[in-house]
Amino acid sequence: MNGLDAAFSALADPTRRAILARLAKGETTVNELAKPFEMTQPAISQHLKVLEDAGLIVRRVDGAKRPRRLASAGIDAMDQWLAMLRKALEKNYDRLDGVLAGMEQHKRGEKR
Amino acid sequence: MSKLTLKTEGDTHVIVTRHFAAPPEAVYRAHTDPKLIQKWLLGPEGWTMPVCINEAKPGGKFRYEWTNGKGRGFHVTGEFLELEPYHRIVHVERMYLPDPTPDNHVETKFDPDGKGTLMTMRMTLPDAQTRAAMLATGMERGMEASYVRLEGMI
Repeated sequence: MNGLDAAFSALADPTRRAILARLAKGETTVNELAKPFEMTQPAISQHLKVLEDAGLIVRRVDGAKRPRRLASAGIDAMDQWLAMLRKALEKNYDRLDGVLAGMEQHKRGEKR
Repeated sequence: MSKLTLKTEGDTHVIVTRHFAAPPEAVYRAHTDPKLIQKWLLGPEGWTMPVCINEAKPGGKFRYEWTNGKGRGFHVTGEFLELEPYHRIVHVERMYLPDPTPDNHVETKFDPDGKGTLMTMRMTLPDAQTRAAMLATGMERGMEASYVRLEGMI
């Protein structure tokens, strides 16, 4: 699985999306991350590992704690990829604008 | 400013909306008439659609084949489930890469919006994993959902 595949697969899980949403507000300890979920800490740690392996979050050593934060490089890579896809889609619909304008003109021509 | 919006909904949906400066009838026809489809449903620059078969009736089939003219290509097949001229199309489709992807169930609506049309396309994938794979591989026809800036998750 390449980096982007791993990143999107990591996002397929609602708990992991919620974790990212929390981390979007800033660095957070594992205990704090686990709080809103009815889950054991090992279960949360497993989710964090998936996100880490996908390059979406990183950990820092702070004494006994290992707070996590968003990995800007991973998030940026996904952003760029999606921006590219968005562009391809917009290209289709921009072309469709042209087709629709042509249909309108054609119709006017017929009426004359 | 982009007129396009893309977002994910729940675990299996992708929603795309786009405004067009033409009435619903014209936008609907541009989605069902092969001669018109071939002019715009092309994806990136340089690609063409040499094969465009579209039987726009309930139970009718469609098949779109794309090529970049340099030996690369792929195709999509699908079936129409419901057609309400000029308001709504429901179909299923799959892409061959070359193995078929899981079915994507698509409802496309064309609603009057001022003097134009608001198109709303709602895609439903079988599960979250399939949606993730579709997003990661580029989604057929350059479709995408916006995980951009994690907007959809917050």
